[in-house]
Amino acid sequence: MDTKLKIELRTSPHLKQTVTVEQIMRNVVYALLPVCAFAVYAFGISVLALLTVTTLTCVLGEYLFCRLSDKPNTVNDWSIVITGLLLGLTLPPGFPLWMAAVAAVVAVGLGKALFGGLGYNVMNPALVGRAFVQAAFPVAITTWTPAFLNGRFTEFIPSTLTAPFMQPPALGDWIEQAQVDAFSGATPLALKKFEQISTPVGDLFTGMTAGSAGETSALIILAGGLYLAARRMMDWRIPVGVLLGAALTSLPFWLADSVRYPDPLFVLLSGGLMLGAVFMASDMVASPVTPRGVWIYSLFIGVLTVIIRLFGGLTEGVMYAILLGNAISPLIASVTQPRVFGAAGKEPRA
Amino acid sequence: MGILNLLRRNTFERGIHPQQHKELTCSLPIRRLPFAPTLIVPLSQHAGAPAIPLVKPGQEVVRGEPVARANGFVSAPLHAPATGRVESIQLMTSARGPKTESIIIHVYQGSSQEVLYSVPRNIDTMTPEEIIQAVQDAGMVGLGGAAFPTHVKMKPPPEHKVDTLVVNGCECEPYLTCDHRLMLEQTDDLLSGIRIVMRALGVERTMIGIEDNKMDAVDAIARQLAANSPISVHAVQTKYPQGAEKMLIESLLGRRVPSGSFPSAVGVSVFNVSTLAQIGALLPMGQGVIERVVTVTGPGVQHPGNYLVPVGTPLRFLLEFAGSAPQQAHELILGGPMMGMSVASLDVPVTKAVSGLVLLEASDADLREVKVQPCIRCAYCVEACPMHLNPSTLGLLAAKGDYERMAKQFHLDDCFECGCCSYVCPSNIPLVQYFRIAKTINREKAA
Repeated sequence: MDTKLKIELRTSPHLKQTVTVEQIMRNVVYALLPVCAFAVYAFGISVLALLTVTTLTCVLGEYLFCRLSDKPNTVNDWSIVITGLLLGLTLPPGFPLWMAAVAAVVAVGLGKALFGGLGYNVMNPALVGRAFVQAAFPVAITTWTPAFLNGRFTEFIPSTLTAPFMQPPALGDWIEQAQVDAFSGATPLALKKFEQISTPVGDLFTGMTAGSAGETSALIILAGGLYLAARRMMDWRIPVGVLLGAALTSLPFWLADSVRYPDPLFVLLSGGLMLGAVFMASDMVASPVTPRGVWIYSLFIGVLTVIIRLFGGLTEGVMYAILLGNAISPLIASVTQPRVFGAAGKEPRA
Repeated sequence: MGILNLLRRNTFERGIHPQQHKELTCSLPIRRLPFAPTLIVPLSQHAGAPAIPLVKPGQEVVRGEPVARANGFVSAPLHAPATGRVESIQLMTSARGPKTESIIIHVYQGSSQEVLYSVPRNIDTMTPEEIIQAVQDAGMVGLGGAAFPTHVKMKPPPEHKVDTLVVNGCECEPYLTCDHRLMLEQTDDLLSGIRIVMRALGVERTMIGIEDNKMDAVDAIARQLAANSPISVHAVQTKYPQGAEKMLIESLLGRRVPSGSFPSAVGVSVFNVSTLAQIGALLPMGQGVIERVVTVTGPGVQHPGNYLVPVGTPLRFLLEFAGSAPQQAHELILGGPMMGMSVASLDVPVTKAVSGLVLLEASDADLREVKVQPCIRCAYCVEACPMHLNPSTLGLLAAKGDYERMAKQFHLDDCFECGCCSYVCPSNIPLVQYFRIAKTINREKAA
């Protein structure tokens, strides 16, 4: 028998599990798609345009930055699609498209490419983009429109189509005209903070409220999170830690003064906390790699979110809490290195 | 802690679950391989000093006759695997690459499989020292793959009191089934080997650990044990690397071997089942290690199986016997696919420590031919590392060349290269290879 073999040489291990970076990222996109679909359903073609603009700008931006820096094109690792979708989902439904494009350029440029691309960014790129437009366009980013308006699938929200570098029109009159049902344009957080009006928990859970495009339905966000956690493509401890931190921090305030302060359930379901906890704090690149560090990081984000919400000038604190959490995650990782097996002082089990 | 102990499965923390692929060979009985026309017996088949030849070119040797003696305490002798004539003692290609001094034996055609050279003796009347000497004289080395001379492990440092013999029947490497078959077919040899080593070590207790994908082996051994036997057999979770000695000790005894120490530091000595079975079979006969069971398997092999292979058999002969599909590109692995070594030549011989010959086809290899991407800090590797290291950070430091910090701050030297981190890495970063390089460079700097 002929045993002339063509032999390949490799170093061990010679077996490899088949989950790749692309697969992880693609699955995150899958998990985000229902959130996007609900956002479009609730807010209409304006959000469809918004998501399209942020995603396309991000993808194009990544491609251009790769070209400019003579790096291989990394668009096909799908991570930039996540950034684009997440960015769109965190913006108000009627956010002017040109501003969204600016946010996307900042997200991919300042948030990602500047650091060296995927794996090297310190913070979640989508939130970097959003933080930039929060500072640059403070009015537009806090202009909310009601969900489930009748003409939402045929008519853009007027501010959406603002010409580049122009101020968007004030929406007060338009909202009054368009508003045929009971939904208010104010977000549940603003209602609670400034008017002490509580939104029913059921509405918060299913998404029958105003808010950023993709943050309103806790139900759909949680479903996406469960999918990712089940496929081990997201660390379940991060959303759990964030939500736990937020609930535990808000509990004593609510017990002390239940009129002024929101109850923990409201805290969890309102604003961007759920979206942030499930899809943004859990960003693998910007969270610590150490198991103990993950708990510290996620609890920190939860606690900080509530502190900003209750005592800051802003109604929402998730974005800054996550960005700060991202910023300190290398520090957290360095002080929570795993204890090596058989390290001195370790008590034996049993 | 009582309830926790009840719930606790016999296992260790972290690790991975690669596909087993053991069904290819696990039900095939051990078959004897015929003699190759020429055997290549390297003088260095073990950790420690190479053996010193006792024979000259042209000399005739009979099967089982010593052909090389141990050079000092940490060394092992060699025995002729077949009756024949010593052709030469010369440099031959080794599996690791560099050429090593080897005794070339031309096997006489039709020579008997019977071991002609033996000195039967009564083990029961021998002292522990005599047993340990007999183990060295038999050329016994760790047959699980480490090839550390066995008698050295039977003399733990005096400050360590060994109370338990742990028998490693995990065989956690995918594809390999030689230990599994051996536990089923040579149970008596295994148990007599255990009793001999227990006497030499002076221990009262033996625990046999077998992964729970081999319950037939657990049952086969349990059937041979009396109710009050000091030997007990335990099923441990099927998880890689359960067969790493530190992991197995934790799974069975809940003791953690301190970082940088040997198992004797926690009163344990670990022996592989194939080593013990050979001790049980050979010591009473006064014979040496001249053959071993090798699993020949993989998608590229036409007749996979477990073969009793004479030491020194060239891989080419073994593969011809088992049959391979030659048109394919292959990866040829000595040992298991997680920690085994890829070899470049079919002319290297089977040595005492070779437990398997796995032939992977290019179609499997293609899966791994994807590009290396940046670390996305998914922490899969941190969750997989049985030594509780941080391969992610170690990998980033290795990419920067900061080898010193890897060792000083991130416990690089605790890595035993099991491969879990590279296996799970979605970015295909060759972490284990980085760590090998880092360790080598650190060693060279220290020297």
